[in-house]
Amino acid sequence: MSEVRETQLPGTGVRHDFETRQGTRVGVLLHRSGRRDLLVYDEIDPDACLVTVDLEPEDAATLVELLGGSQVIEAVGEAVQQRVQGLAIDWIPLASRSTIVGQNLGDAALRTRTGASVVAVIRGDATVPSPTPEFVFEAGDTVVAVGTDEGIALLTDLIQGRA
Amino acid sequence: MTLAAAADTDTALVLIELGAVVLGLALLARASNFVGVSPIPAYVVAGLAVGTGGLVDLAFTEEFIALGAEIGVVLLLLTLGFEYSAQDLWAAVRASLPVGFLDLVLNFPPGVVAGLAMGWGFEAAFLLGGITYISSSGVVAKTLRDLGRLGNRETPAVLSVLVLEDLAMAVYLPLVAVMLADRDAATGAVSIGVALLAVGAVLLVAFRFGDRLSRLIATRSDEVLLLTIFGTTLLVAGLAQRMQVSAAVGAFLVGIALSGPLSERAASLIAPLRDLFSATFFLFFSLQVDPADLPAVLGVAIALAAVTAATKVATGWWAAARIGVGRRGRARAGASLVARGEFSIVIAALGVAAGAEVELGAVAAAYVLILAIVGPVLARYADDLAGSRSPATPAPAGTSTYQ
Repeated sequence: MSEVRETQLPGTGVRHDFETRQGTRVGVLLHRSGRRDLLVYDEIDPDACLVTVDLEPEDAATLVELLGGSQVIEAVGEAVQQRVQGLAIDWIPLASRSTIVGQNLGDAALRTRTGASVVAVIRGDATVPSPTPEFVFEAGDTVVAVGTDEGIALLTDLIQGRA
Repeated sequence: MTLAAAADTDTALVLIELGAVVLGLALLARASNFVGVSPIPAYVVAGLAVGTGGLVDLAFTEEFIALGAEIGVVLLLLTLGFEYSAQDLWAAVRASLPVGFLDLVLNFPPGVVAGLAMGWGFEAAFLLGGITYISSSGVVAKTLRDLGRLGNRETPAVLSVLVLEDLAMAVYLPLVAVMLADRDAATGAVSIGVALLAVGAVLLVAFRFGDRLSRLIATRSDEVLLLTIFGTTLLVAGLAQRMQVSAAVGAFLVGIALSGPLSERAASLIAPLRDLFSATFFLFFSLQVDPADLPAVLGVAIALAAVTAATKVATGWWAAARIGVGRRGRARAGASLVARGEFSIVIAALGVAAGAEVELGAVAAAYVLILAIVGPVLARYADDLAGSRSPATPAPAGTSTYQ
């Protein structure tokens, strides 16, 4: 991501701007009223705005949609733990030193030991949803688990070979 | 019965005259908007045309207009206080105090020197210094908006100069008020001390407890909020006047104290009232100026305008240079600050009301007339005057601002 500069404008709001890879400086001026101005700077006189587009909140939402803001949100969502009402979901890579490599899901007794349930395992490009007790773990699998924060923490230690 | 009938006729005449006056101001504001300049000069010209030595006399409404003008000053300063939060003030002090200092050193002395050279007393000269010092934040903000320059890189420099002037007013106004109250040195010093302590206390409260203060007053109802703020402001302004620190200072402090999260909404509620009463104020100010006095002071006003336009350009130029803006941007920043307006007239009106110097009103009127008109025009063309946009490439055809 490009380096974004933030500038406070007393009595007006706050301005963020950055330089595109092609060298055009683009910014957004957020007014205290919630209105936004989309700013495109002049390449010849880089202190001046060539174009200022006044965006009402709905316009800003439309622009974000067009620029693919929803994809960004998805990507961010996958990267971090998602939380739904006290429930944590996590993607945990299986380390080769973990004791459960080579064990099957039934013998590993993960739910008994940690309280967290394995809901899927991702192996390469394939996903195994709801693995059976006979499913055998291999190093490099990604374990998808659901549980409480504490359960997920215990499970993570096991899967990453720290316990 | 006859009494009631007479009162009826009077009321009718007052309404008719007031209606005609306000409608006249509306037409002037409309014409100013059409040309794209601030309506303040037009209001001042209107005031010169009627009233003292003018073409028409206002027989019935002068008293009302005088009261309206008082409220106008109070609301102008309230909204000036609203404009910047205590955090804005503090940030500007930390980041650009040298700029504020240069602004003061360059733009205050010309007025003082001119006043003394005309043989005025020190009070009047000190007032003229304030008149030449303070840029019109109203005209400057409007110019930046109209020219689509709010996003420009030099704009924070311009705004921080305005913020620091705002802060300087907090010290200057009490000083002036005490000076004009004409007391002996000892009581004067005590009053100044008290006034400055009050300013400091309000700033501290706004900085530390601004959120809580806003929450205390906050309400869903616009009506309740408007009445609360209007009432509080008039009350504090009146009390301040009573203690001889000027209503303007009281109103300004209320504005600063409330400049927290609430100010955005409060300012938009007060704005229509302020526009009505401040138009009345500009009219009333110039009502008291005799147009016959203008030719005598015109030379001084023009010279003062030329000098202080140059000193403001220098101020803005340096402020922009400090944050690494190029030549064209520096010229824009400098020229943006040239406009003087509402606060110069507020300061002059304080002096006129206290009978400081007969010529003060006329000089201030002529000076503001010149710079309120010249300032925005200069701001518009400053960067092209400072150097061509690019020697090699012509400006792209698509240069435009969608507002």
